[in-house]
Amino acid sequence: MIEVEGLTKRYGRHTAVDSVSFHVRKGEILGFLGPNGAGKTTTMRILACYLPPTEGRARVAGFDVFEAPLEVKKRLGYLPETPPLYPDMEVTTFLDFVAKVKGVPGRERKARIEDAIAKCRLGEVRFKRIGYLSKGYRQRVGLAQAILHNPDVLILDEPTSGLDPKQIIETRDLIRGLGGDHTVILSTHILPEVEMTCGRVVIISKGKVVAEDTPGNLTRRLQGAGALRLEVLGNGAAVAEVLRGVPGVLAIHPRPAGEGLAAFDVEAAAGQDVRALLARAVVQGGFGLLGLSQVGMSLEEIFLHLTTTDAALETGAASDTKEVSA
Amino acid sequence: MTAVRNIAAIVEKEWRHYFGSPIAWVALFVWTLLFGIFFSFGLSFFVKQSAMTAQQMEFGQKLSLNEYVIRPVFHNMAVVALFLTPMLTMRLFAEEKRQGTLELLATSPLTDLQIVLGKFLAATGLYALMILAGLLNLAMLWHYSTTPPEWKPVATGFLALLLFGACFIALGTFLSTLTRNQIVAGILSFCLFLGIWTLGWADDPTNGPVMKVVAYLGVTNHMEDMVKGVLELKDVIFYLSFIAFGLFLAHQSVESQRWRA
Repeated sequence: MIEVEGLTKRYGRHTAVDSVSFHVRKGEILGFLGPNGAGKTTTMRILACYLPPTEGRARVAGFDVFEAPLEVKKRLGYLPETPPLYPDMEVTTFLDFVAKVKGVPGRERKARIEDAIAKCRLGEVRFKRIGYLSKGYRQRVGLAQAILHNPDVLILDEPTSGLDPKQIIETRDLIRGLGGDHTVILSTHILPEVEMTCGRVVIISKGKVVAEDTPGNLTRRLQGAGALRLEVLGNGAAVAEVLRGVPGVLAIHPRPAGEGLAAFDVEAAAGQDVRALLARAVVQGGFGLLGLSQVGMSLEEIFLHLTTTDAALETGAASDTKEVSA
Repeated sequence: MTAVRNIAAIVEKEWRHYFGSPIAWVALFVWTLLFGIFFSFGLSFFVKQSAMTAQQMEFGQKLSLNEYVIRPVFHNMAVVALFLTPMLTMRLFAEEKRQGTLELLATSPLTDLQIVLGKFLAATGLYALMILAGLLNLAMLWHYSTTPPEWKPVATGFLALLLFGACFIALGTFLSTLTRNQIVAGILSFCLFLGIWTLGWADDPTNGPVMKVVAYLGVTNHMEDMVKGVLELKDVIFYLSFIAFGLFLAHQSVESQRWRA
């Protein structure tokens, strides 16, 4: 349904999106993950025909975004990062306007608007001016606007930002419900969201795709890279020196510790259990090992890991023991 | 058909903005008020002059309402249009850019031209409504005067005022695409309109060819004949091409900004 090949967008000398390629099948929900400034919004804007790409191709529903933008736009619902709303319009008036410009035929318009209002739970505020609505409601009006014309493809840029926890759950349910009939790309930096709603994840960082897999596989693949928490009796700097010498250790992060003690979080390369090696190194170094425990790497950390140490991961190497700056 | 529907949707939206905010009401109020003031001044002057000429029997000829009342009002209202049209156009694109709603329009199945035309027609429509509201004053002349004025110069005068203002609106639409700040768009528009207005002052038969061209570009000079009731094709074509040029610039600007974005 969506095919992206070697998509590149440059702003002057700055490359915002660097030959990104991915495919989305019909009915699939794809999570688009990345830190701020990774190029998520730019990619989505290109897919929504708002920006032209510098290089590469993107096809949505079989139409090229550059050659047949009108055909793409007819089949596409788009919720930008900041929902595009007219503050002086009432919710229903706004949706009526959107229905008109999206080309919803007159006889279907009312039903489509009612449907969107029901799906996004906007019943209570339908006759309120958008300018007076809370951020959560505005976000939902933005979502209603995107699904209004029942498009084949939905592009949602951070659809749950600004919502309270209950609304987030409702919105996720809504998005999950859209899968199957609709093809959805949603961007977010909230990982559980991806786990709960998306069938597949594309992680991008600095404009490049660094990983593409199902959320489950991604977690599994990186599970080994969990951190170890170490507490040692001895001089911090000396202990750190010893720990760095242990093969398989990627990075060590000092933690606050008491007088005469040293504490570290040790990051090991994926798939390697360095606990035994660490214990031996500490003891052989003449320090007292007080504690060694495994801290499971949360999805957040995996994400940080991927988007900040992608070079180390790609080679799967562990030789680089320098601290990686985030 | 789709194109017409799309343009109509934009026009409707803009009118909701105009009438949902004070803009339209203030513009209508100021316009009709000034129209009324100029009209009543013109009329009282006319009544005095008529009384004087009636006493001097040798000039027993009746004064023309068209010439003494209606024509000056049209000229004065052109000045008012110079001030008011920037207020109608300044927010057209600047506000959409600031609110991020241009992203909605640009990702809807609309062409840039439809968006530009819709916005231009919405502003011109409101402006036409303002002129018509002002013209209601003139209806009194038909009601009370024993020799009512000719209607044809009124019709061509209306057209002149409309075309003249539409030129400014087209240019103002373009200037509004250049910034996110509607105040900036408004100030730029007013200054440019004023500049174009002054071009007309170069109109002097003794001038050389360069100044003749400059004077030709002044939008006011092409009104003269029309306000007198003479509808010349060349004047209408001048205005229409001026409008087309403004809209062309607006369209190019909207399109190119996406390329450079």
